[in-house]
Amino acid sequence: MMSTNIDNKLTQLFATKKEGLLNIYFTAGYPQLEDTRTILKALQDAGVDMVEIGIPFSDPIADGPIIQGSNDVALNNGITLKKIVQQLQGIRDEIHIPVILMGYINTALQYGVEELVKDLSAIGIDGMIFPDLPIDEYKEKYQKLFEANNLSMVFLVTPQTSAERLKYVDETSSGFIYVVSTASTTGNEAKDLDGQKEYFERIKKAKFNNPTLIGFNIKDHASYSEACKYANGAIIGSAFIKMLGNSHLLEKDIKEFVSFVKQG
Amino acid sequence: MNYQVDKKGFYGNFGGAYIPEMLVPNVEELRNRYLDIIQEESFKAEMDDLLRDYVGRPTPLYLAKRLSAKYNTTVYLKREDLCHTGAHKVNNTIGQILLAQRLGKTRIIAETGAGQHGVATATVCALMGMECTIYMGAVDIERQKPNVERMKMLGATVVPANSGSKTLKDATNEAMRHWINNPVDMHYIIGSVVGPHPYPDLVARFQSVISEEMREQLIDKTGSPNPNYVIACVGGGSNAAGAFYHYLNEKDVNLIAVEAAGQGVYSGHSAATTFLGKPGVIHGSKTLLMQTEDGQITEPYSISAGLDYPGIGPMHANLFETGRAKFYSVTDAEAFQAAMLLSKLEGIIPALESAHAVAVLENLPVKKEDVIVINLSGRGDKDMMTYITRKDEFTK
Repeated sequence: MMSTNIDNKLTQLFATKKEGLLNIYFTAGYPQLEDTRTILKALQDAGVDMVEIGIPFSDPIADGPIIQGSNDVALNNGITLKKIVQQLQGIRDEIHIPVILMGYINTALQYGVEELVKDLSAIGIDGMIFPDLPIDEYKEKYQKLFEANNLSMVFLVTPQTSAERLKYVDETSSGFIYVVSTASTTGNEAKDLDGQKEYFERIKKAKFNNPTLIGFNIKDHASYSEACKYANGAIIGSAFIKMLGNSHLLEKDIKEFVSFVKQG
Repeated sequence: MNYQVDKKGFYGNFGGAYIPEMLVPNVEELRNRYLDIIQEESFKAEMDDLLRDYVGRPTPLYLAKRLSAKYNTTVYLKREDLCHTGAHKVNNTIGQILLAQRLGKTRIIAETGAGQHGVATATVCALMGMECTIYMGAVDIERQKPNVERMKMLGATVVPANSGSKTLKDATNEAMRHWINNPVDMHYIIGSVVGPHPYPDLVARFQSVISEEMREQLIDKTGSPNPNYVIACVGGGSNAAGAFYHYLNEKDVNLIAVEAAGQGVYSGHSAATTFLGKPGVIHGSKTLLMQTEDGQITEPYSISAGLDYPGIGPMHANLFETGRAKFYSVTDAEAFQAAMLLSKLEGIIPALESAHAVAVLENLPVKKEDVIVINLSGRGDKDMMTYITRKDEFTK
């Protein structure tokens, strides 16, 4: 049961599908400025359950080299948050899966958080992730705004998050809980899911109100399947971005990537 | 008005802890424990001993007679340049390494721009036998080779930051990423009054020894603890925070913060954050920072690597917004000339950063009876290559 009355494509998805959800992250404006829509459509066609679009930032401190690199390329391509909002206008004519945006809080502050929430809601975007927005500040300043605009807010938990704080995150989140798999930045090849069973079990047993997706260092069928044992699904970012960087035929390669993750 | 940090970690509209969840446990642990630890008697005793016997405190407050005569006023120099390692940075690293030990941490990371904070961190790690990793922009590693070699000689590992613009801002990002990946046994020694709460307050407290000593020394020399002006340069702002700290609520003391204008405030090659910046979030705190309309953080420029930072500590952003401190900016050329002047008049070769503070005497409306204290934050040894190679350009 969700603690809020938010009802959007994200909450509808979790109400109907409980297992094996695949959420793919990609960076807006990467590899080419105008690839955002192409990639979004290709991911839907390939059968992913939802997508998370990254807003590039000059200083993404939670991200490893692969996503940093895609941010730099996208910014050099001329992407801005205003441009992303333009690129997403009208997507609901053809995109029917949940779409959320992930970005660092500074770009949203410069755009104006209220204006951004309203613009995204008008497009039909379902939620946001700001990894560096404090939960307290969200509650104090933005929660009503998000709820009034039917936008979900997703917070992260990590292996070091205390039991008390897990509860707090669950109370405040309104889409799903982003379960960070290991103490890690994104796409850290030195880290994997081995040794995380105890943590994942703890999360599973916590019986959150919100659904859970495990992300960070999920990169293939094996890690996706492992994550799905403990959560409603998994999030893949860096591995997908790496593939995009080497791709010459986006639609075909995206289809193959998704099928490789789902079926192995 | 209260210019200190409030319970939520804010200085007016600035501060806070805008950090990814992965850093929350470490930063909360620090926030919950730092005040108790640094107020323990055993902590204070150990810190005082090290500051006295190892760093060389108290640093002198020196009446600069010939400089005073030139500007027809009274100028004292607070000689932080005489600290061990050559700058005020070590006041903070001594405090933080003692704190890290009491938190049970066994490994230290730090960022550095010019290498002064890196050297000060490597020094205290050598002193305490702790593992030390310093992140430094790849561009800065090329520019500041002697300090890189000093850090290595002191036993530190110097890791190049190859992301973004490969300078201080990126070294800070890389240090934070490293901390995210190693959250349990590691302490991050931030070098300035920046970063998520409680860092700005923690670093300001460790640097506040500067103004604590100034007050006592001024009583001896002038009969009053309060000068008319305290002048300090500001990059992130740690030496200014220390020099201002005990004067924040002394209304008769004018606080003068000097930013680096680089080639000119509006030249496109500047680090004058209060002139060019807008409120935003950098490295975990809300403050004034140089950025594009889209919120991308821009690369600052100054001849002085220690002032080459796109933000400013949240305490200073609040001092600027409330008008408690007055902000000046000084160009590369003006700072360079001030360094030459101080060398010739007083026999003191200052760091380029500190030369910015000296240069502001040219523009300050001082009276003959005024007492001015300039915080001379560091010495010029590290800048000799710049002084040698760019002399003709700036002194023609």
